[in-house]
Amino acid sequence: MLTILFDGIAYGMLLFVVACGLAVTLGLMNFVNLAHGAFAMAGGYITVILVNRAGLPFLASLPLAFIFTAIVGAVFERTLYVHVYAKSHLEQVLFTIGLVFMSVAAADYAMGSSQVFARTPPELQGQINFFGVGIGRYRLLIILVCGLLTVALQFALASTRFGSRLRAAVDDARVARGLGINVNAVFAVTFAVGSGLAGLGGALGAEILGLDPHFPLKFMIYFLIVVTVGGTSSITGPFIASLLLGIGDVAGKYYVPQFGAFIIYIIMIVVLIWRPQGLFSRAIAK
Amino acid sequence: MSVMANPPPKPLVAKAAAHLASRARWSPLEIAFWLAALASIFLLPSKHLILTEIAILGLFAVSLDLILGYAGIVSLGHAAFFGFGAYVAGILAKYGIIKEPILAMLASGVAAAALGFVTSFLVLRGSDLTRLMVTLGVALVLREIANRLEITGGADGLQGVEMQPILGHFAFDIFGKTAYVYSLIVLFVLFLIARRIVNSPFGLSLRSVKGNPLRASAIGIHVNGRLVAVYTIAAAYAGVAGALLTQSTQFASLSVLDFERSADVMLMLIIGGTGYLYGGMIGAVLFKLVQDYLANVNPQYWQFWLGLGLVMMIMFGRVYGAVIATVIFAICMTTNLPFMHQILFTLVVVAVLGLARPDVLKLTSAITERAVAVQKKLKARFTRQPKGS
Repeated sequence: MLTILFDGIAYGMLLFVVACGLAVTLGLMNFVNLAHGAFAMAGGYITVILVNRAGLPFLASLPLAFIFTAIVGAVFERTLYVHVYAKSHLEQVLFTIGLVFMSVAAADYAMGSSQVFARTPPELQGQINFFGVGIGRYRLLIILVCGLLTVALQFALASTRFGSRLRAAVDDARVARGLGINVNAVFAVTFAVGSGLAGLGGALGAEILGLDPHFPLKFMIYFLIVVTVGGTSSITGPFIASLLLGIGDVAGKYYVPQFGAFIIYIIMIVVLIWRPQGLFSRAIAK
Repeated sequence: MSVMANPPPKPLVAKAAAHLASRARWSPLEIAFWLAALASIFLLPSKHLILTEIAILGLFAVSLDLILGYAGIVSLGHAAFFGFGAYVAGILAKYGIIKEPILAMLASGVAAAALGFVTSFLVLRGSDLTRLMVTLGVALVLREIANRLEITGGADGLQGVEMQPILGHFAFDIFGKTAYVYSLIVLFVLFLIARRIVNSPFGLSLRSVKGNPLRASAIGIHVNGRLVAVYTIAAAYAGVAGALLTQSTQFASLSVLDFERSADVMLMLIIGGTGYLYGGMIGAVLFKLVQDYLANVNPQYWQFWLGLGLVMMIMFGRVYGAVIATVIFAICMTTNLPFMHQILFTLVVVAVLGLARPDVLKLTSAITERAVAVQKKLKARFTRQPKGS
């Protein structure tokens, strides 16, 4: 019982780290990025390559996955995404689906179509027994890393100069520009960090979510659920939503396997009908 | 009710009627389109299988056009109705509930319409984003149900569907001729109905709802009622398209409910253009031909090129985007590099184009202007000549 709860929390934390970049682009910048999962996939594959082929230790490859996907994200943002911000949601959807198709085919060619795993060091395998509750070491690592990241993100958004600039740029880009904030640079950095976090999430999650070329399509709906259900005005909303989703999904698959992912979709539809702005959101300002 | 007590003046009514009638007139191009479709039955006998698929996808895209192009409802889960119709038709035929294909197809359409009616209330609320998510969710729920149920055959698909002859006379043959003629006739009939719908006052009111829902309701249009109605009709169309697919292939699998199917139909519609019914059909032809070609040239990774085309089309407009993507593709194909290098080359070109987008746009708009000028000149010459002679 508690083990399931623990697994669920780890799963939810993972979803949160991957999805929080999307929460920023979709929620704050109002850009529908269906290709977000592609960045997570890139991070996962980078780890696999670094660990399995180059022989780097697993933990050392995590920051590299973050940096690499952040750079890729920044390049894409500057060259491609920046032109699509102002277009309609429909065109954004088509544009990012195009990117997903490209990434799926490219990953299929480069890495093969079957699932791959990064070799995890022996000290991360197995369980530790904690007052009768079996806790997977790997999942404990995920919770630690993701918990730290969440605190850092919350701090960065709420208390740093960059965070307030970002919030200003999001609330009203024109006024923010007038105040001398370089909105484009703020968005670019935010997008890069969001992609980097997705990459890190993908690297950490390859073990649990499973990594294959169809990763961006398979998990797209999960990331979108986190963001739309959690609401997009804060970091806490998506955080709680992803924990609920993680626990609900793990528990649902364990207790009522015949329903599968079914319950989650139904809950999402109900929440969206009940509160189209998401569970935890203020009224929109615009 | 005070609106009804004060009917609009007669000349205005006559003017509106004349406007509607002029919109509904058949243009020569339309007639040519359908003649070409008719000719394809006799001229391309070896291509009937793919043509059947095109006709079915065309009908599916027309269905999406009804809600997206005319009512402005974005949907990422239109496959829900397509798949539902496909499974209903399959089950009806497999268990011999309705043996006659046309009746079974109509029944599938009605079933899909019922589903559309029920789910239409879900798309009334919220923004585009909510609609995208909710429609996607509905399709995923249906896929999950089809995956779990006994009667649908789960992941193996619905096997052992045997079709009776249409009207008891026309049996489905292995060359797909019957299936093609059948699909084409259904497409044509449903197209006529759709054409009638969009050119009716109802269709006009849909456009006003799409343009500005608030204003539409201010002039007395029952916005939600219109949306529910058109969503239901579109669902019926999609259901019929799905039924046709099952009947012509004698098989239904989970792929009819896939996300890719919803995405593909949206692509077709966007390629052909929304809001004039032919867009979906033209898009279906182009999409299927391109897909078929790419799948031949580059069997495993054709989606890469499809994605490239999409990205370019959104960045540089439909026509120029397609041209740019084709040029990149052609360069990659002629140089015969390994696919990895093709990917890298493409990414670099795309990045450079992205950086240079303003210049590229300047260039393309200059080309367009030039083309328009040439067209004008030609037109002027053709109209002047009879005067001079």
